[in-house]
Formats: sequence, C-alpha cells, structure tokens
Amino acid sequence: MPCYRPPRIAGSEITPERFFLDRRTFLAGAAGGLALGLGMETANAAALKAAPDPYKLDETRTPEKDVTSYNNFYEFGTGKGDPAANSGAFKPSPWTVKIDGLVGKPREFGLEDLLAFPLEERTYRMRCVEAWSMVIPWVGFPLAALIDKVEPLGSARYVAFETVVRPEEMPGQSGFFQPLPWPYREGLRLDEARHPLTILAVGLYGKTLPNQNGAPIRLVVPWKYGFKGIKSIVRISLTETMPPCTWNLAAPDEYGFYANVNPAVDHPRWSQATENRIGEGGFFGSNRRDTLPFNGYAEEVASLYAGMDLRANF
Amino acid sequence: MALVPALPKRLHGPSIWAVYALGLVPAALAFYLGATGQLPGNAVKEFEHLLGLWALRFLIATLAITPIRDLFGLNWLRYRRALGLLAFYYVLMHFLAYMLLDQMLRLQAIAADIARRPFITIGMTALVLIIPLALTSNNWSIRRLGPRWNKLHRLAYVIAAAGAIHFAMAVKVVGPEQMLYLALVAALLAWRPIRKPFLRWKRLRSGGPTAPRVLSDAQRPL
Repeated sequence: MPCYRPPRIAGSEITPERFFLDRRTFLAGAAGGLALGLGMETANAAALKAAPDPYKLDETRTPEKDVTSYNNFYEFGTGKGDPAANSGAFKPSPWTVKIDGLVGKPREFGLEDLLAFPLEERTYRMRCVEAWSMVIPWVGFPLAALIDKVEPLGSARYVAFETVVRPEEMPGQSGFFQPLPWPYREGLRLDEARHPLTILAVGLYGKTLPNQNGAPIRLVVPWKYGFKGIKSIVRISLTETMPPCTWNLAAPDEYGFYANVNPAVDHPRWSQATENRIGEGGFFGSNRRDTLPFNGYAEEVASLYAGMDLRANF
Repeated sequence: MALVPALPKRLHGPSIWAVYALGLVPAALAFYLGATGQLPGNAVKEFEHLLGLWALRFLIATLAITPIRDLFGLNWLRYRRALGLLAFYYVLMHFLAYMLLDQMLRLQAIAADIARRPFITIGMTALVLIIPLALTSNNWSIRRLGPRWNKLHRLAYVIAAAGAIHFAMAVKVVGPEQMLYLALVAALLAWRPIRKPFLRWKRLRSGGPTAPRVLSDAQRPL
C-alpha cells in the first residue's frame, strides 16, 4: 500500500522539493525583481508522495503555469487571473473539515488526517461550464474512503459541501460587490460521491494545492462541469434531501444540480458541443475539440443515470 | 477660463492622426502578445474580449464628445469621427477574432450562435448597424445626406446600448465592470433629452450675446 510521507522526512533518494524552493526563494531575493516571480509562485507548495495513476489518459497535460494561473474561484475575484493574484494571504493550514449530518460517527478531520489517506495521482480532464478544458494531474484520494470512515446512515442520500468563509483572507467575500452568496455550496448524490472516480484532491503536479486551486482540499468529479468541484472545503454533510448548490440557486435555468458534461445540452447562452483546451494550439492553431458525453467518462458513470432524462436533469 | 489650453490650429490635423495611432495600440499590442504566445490562459478569448471592451470604450468616447462640450466648454468635435471609426474597427476586429481565431470559421456553429444566443444576436445587430455609420463617415456623405446624416447617425445610441448589454449578458455574474459600462452608456443617452433645456438655462444664466434670442423664445406662447 502506498502511504503518504510528509516532505520533511522524505526518502533519501529524493531531495525534498521544499529545500529547492527555499533555495530558490533565497536566490530570488538576491536576484531582485527578475526572480521574484519564481519565489512567489512556489511559496507554499510542498511535494506530495502519491501512487501512480490507475486511470490512463492519453492526452497532453495542461502546463502547470496554466493550471495555476487560469482559475475560477470567485472568493478571490471573478477574473481568471484574480485567484492567483489575490490568494497570497490565504492560510490553508491549520485546517479542519467537519463531517456531519446523517452519519454514525460525525467527526472533524485535521489536515494531517486527510493527508494520511493513501494518496493517488489521478490525471483527469477538467471541463468548465464556460466551454474550456484542461488535463490536470491531481493528487488525492477517493471521497468514498472518507465517507466510509464516518459510517453513513441508511437514510443518507446526498452529500453537501461547503467552502470556507474568510472575508479577511478572501477579497471576493468582502467589499461592496460580492458576486455570489457565501459560503459556496455544492452537492452530489451519495452514489456519485462514492463513485471511484470522485476524489478529494490535496495536490496537483505532485505538490500540495496552490491556494488558487482550492487549498488545502477540494472536490474533483471529472464527469461534471468544473463548478461542481468545490474548493477549500470545511464541511461535508450527509443529507436525505437534495442540498442547495450555489450556481444552481443563482441561475437555475443555466446550472443544474447534476451538471454532467453533456455536448447535447447547451448552456442557454453558449454551445456546449465543443471546448477550448487551455494551453494548446496557440493563437492561430485550433485548440477547439469536441466535448465528450460525461467528459469522456461515460463508460464508468453513464450507468449512474440509467433511465434518467438528461435534458431535464441537466 | 478654459480647462485646458487651446490646441494651436496647425496641430489639429496631426492630433487627429495621433488619436487613430494611439487608438490602435491596444489591438496591436494584444495581437503581438497573442501571436508570440505571451497572453496567459485562453489567448484567443483574451484577445477577443480585449477587442470588444475597447470597441465599447470608443463608442462611449464618441458619445461623450457632446456632453463634454456642453458641460465643460471643450470642443473636441474634431476627434469624434476618429473615435467613431476606431469603435467600428474594434467591433469588426472583435467579430473577426470570434469568427477566425475562436470559431475557426465553423460557419454552422457561428450561425447557430447568432440565431440562438441573445447576447450574440445583440452583438451582431450592433455590428450590422455600425457599418452604414462607418461608410457614411466621410465629408462627401455628410454633404450629400444633409439633415438625414444626423438622423442616421443617431444609430450610435442604439449601438452603444447594444454593446453594453452584450457585454453584461456575456458574463456569468454581472459585476462592477459591466455595471460601470451600462451606467456610462445610460448617462450619455440620458444627456440627450436633458441637453436642450440645459443649454437654454445656461445661456439665460450667463446672459451672453445669445440671451436676447433665448428671451424671445421664452416669450413665445406655450
């Protein structure tokens, strides 16, 4: 069984990345403005050890700089560059995730407890509802492993998630204009939550999650639109009824509870038939590709929705 | 008591050309950055959105010329054609970026977008409406059309409103930026009906050489 080892006691064959980064930060300080970017970019990343990816994906990974600089995380602002620019003051450690609701053993998990789950690398497609996509090597563990620990009751049918509210660290949560009501909420059906593809990610590209990607822990459901992948989670509740979801409440005709990637059902304001793969094609080459049903994971997940009208339950 | 010193007459011509040159800098710079892979994330969308935003800015600048003259006594009328044409160039480039770089000429998808997506329908309407204004922006057309020219060019109000609405409808959440452009366009359009009474009041108050004529206006039976 692969197990997580904290970077400070990493194996002798690997030089812990942290030290590289410290050295780089130091050099950055010495070299002044030019190297400053390097130091900032890697300020709170630590190496993570993970088992190799059990799911093969023959697609080029989106460059790390795009994955960490082109984000939707409205708690830090609505521009794509805002999360990377405005999340410097956010403190992802210490952290606790409270699990409650219809469970036999409600409890809180500290960050150390979460990182103690057997971590795996999972390279998934990520399809945003705005018709762009990436391929991201996440590091995480199946959500099912966490749910099993709290022993769900028979009456539990849904899982509700909540993002942290920290206006002092998240500029999008304070001030005159706030784009959404906080906390950001998302939800899954229990069978979706327990599906082996559904993971809680604690890292990407072999390192802990950058703040702009949802540090320290976020949901990844690769067959659903990206907004279902709630970030910086502080609470997970098992419920009997369908939980409220932020985007669904904001515009119910545009964002459904299921939000399964579906090229046949358009967003009212744009087509979902194709997508722009970020970081590919350049300015003149086409980076547009056809969107796949369930984002290419139909073989694994289509059976979850057997007999359901996917047009009505978008 | 001019707010800014008057520009010497010999610089009027060159200053208009400077507006054209400066106005095209954002597009040229963004094109260079995009073509050399220096625009972050979704380079084509960044470029497309930047062109749209500048189109809206130039539409607003065009409509601001009259209120600036009314309120501050600055006559920048000589720049209005350049600003309006820059708005046209940016609208056109915005559409070309969408059609060529973004959609890669997938005509079926473009036609479906225009027909089915209200914000694109509105944007396309603005593009169609601005073409006759660009075509009749020359002196010959102004002479030829006479008073009809003024009537035709009132379409600029519709185009600016369509542009601001198109921008607000394109985003997931209408934020302060979209509100600002909607508010600017609304204020500029609202100025038009207010303008005549305001100018009459201003003339009356200053009691300048036009005062007697205004007085005689006021003496007319209502």
